[in-house]
Amino acid sequence: MKKLTVPFDRRDILDLRAGDRVLLSGVIYTGRDAAHKRLDLLISSGERLPIDIVGATIYYVGPCVMGDKITSAGPTTSSRMDKYAPRFYDKGVLATIGKGDRSDEVYASIAKNKCVYFAAIGGAGATYANCIKSFEVAAYADLGTEAIYKLTVEDMPLIVAIDSFGGSIYRR
Amino acid sequence: MHYNLSMRTINYRQIVDAVAELTGACCGLTCSCKAVLERALDRESNGAARYAIGELLKNAELAERERLPVCQDTGLAIFFVQLGQDVHIEGGSLYAAIDEGVRVGYKSNGCRASVLDPITRVNTTDNTPASVHVELAEGDEMKIEFLAKGFGSENMSRLYMLTPSDGIEGIERAVLDAVSRAGSKPCPPIVVGVGIGGAADSAMTLAKKQLLREVGEHSDDETLRELEISLLQKINALGIGAQGFGGCNTALAVHIGKLPTHIAGLPVAVNIQCNAVRVARTIL
Repeated sequence: MKKLTVPFDRRDILDLRAGDRVLLSGVIYTGRDAAHKRLDLLISSGERLPIDIVGATIYYVGPCVMGDKITSAGPTTSSRMDKYAPRFYDKGVLATIGKGDRSDEVYASIAKNKCVYFAAIGGAGATYANCIKSFEVAAYADLGTEAIYKLTVEDMPLIVAIDSFGGSIYRR
Repeated sequence: MHYNLSMRTINYRQIVDAVAELTGACCGLTCSCKAVLERALDRESNGAARYAIGELLKNAELAERERLPVCQDTGLAIFFVQLGQDVHIEGGSLYAAIDEGVRVGYKSNGCRASVLDPITRVNTTDNTPASVHVELAEGDEMKIEFLAKGFGSENMSRLYMLTPSDGIEGIERAVLDAVSRAGSKPCPPIVVGVGIGGAADSAMTLAKKQLLREVGEHSDDETLRELEISLLQKINALGIGAQGFGGCNTALAVHIGKLPTHIAGLPVAVNIQCNAVRVARTIL
């Protein structure tokens, strides 16, 4: 089990291999379908993004929020973000977290940009909620659960699903 | 005017309270789901898959202990109601009562508001409306079954309008195709609901209804039971495995139902349930 902290050192990422188990700590951003669509439109029109995605880790999740507590926060299906991911990696995102295999275009982008895709365990929402030490809305509050949340996480259990060489836990 | 004096009255409020309580199923897994996950863990030899199944069991325990939703996708709230024809509902409509129960229950259980307009994508903020199927039944009781259906798995639903010559082999091919195409996306290990026959609409509903069964409970029909067993073996030989990590646990169970169909057709509907089976029922 490797302990990793965001922001990443590029060397940390190059050392990872598909199948490695990781405990991730630090600040990450959530983003799923609706937020990706908005960010992508801003990138297309050359406008400034509401969060800095250079060096960022994006977690594909729409959490359950109850007052000041996140009660459940497991990953959503990553393939729905495949349309956007290559562009996000190109713009500086270093890691994405979700569940399930990605498209060939995402594999190519991860290998080209020397980035990483982590799998969280789909269905383990309570476990991931307990890893979140604090959170705040970073953008798009109107989207509710689909808003971009800034999460501070501690020892989030993940598996390296696609490493920076294109190695994959899904395509063996 | 002739009044049937054997009518039984069920109050709007009783339905609201019952539904709100049923939604508590989001904060745990059914006993049969946990039992099959434990058996899956016992027979799994792939390291990453073992890790994933172990995490799912630990997560269920944590969710039940701390009363947290097991999965953040607390689903579209789906209800199957068997309404006795001697029941009179007083104080409001059945649909309004179910929505009110969902509104109250989802909020108090810390569940997610996942329902929105399909075109504007504006969220209703309280997870309503629920998806409600009502069937009339004999008697003076109302049976309500609740299924919290996440959409990672629901998105993998498929309908195959086969023709009579396709037969049992065609049915098997269709189910294996649906599961293969779903791959790692629906949070395997999955439960595969299959509806054979009827028409396009009733086959899909039948497939979904199979997900209400206790996980691994076989059909009473001998042919369907054999098909469930053979399909489970074939699905688990695909090697997709828990979370798509490989191994022998792509599916926990296959549940098949059938309906009479037309001489020209053989509809086969597949509705996939993720590893988090959240089902509850009550009788009023």
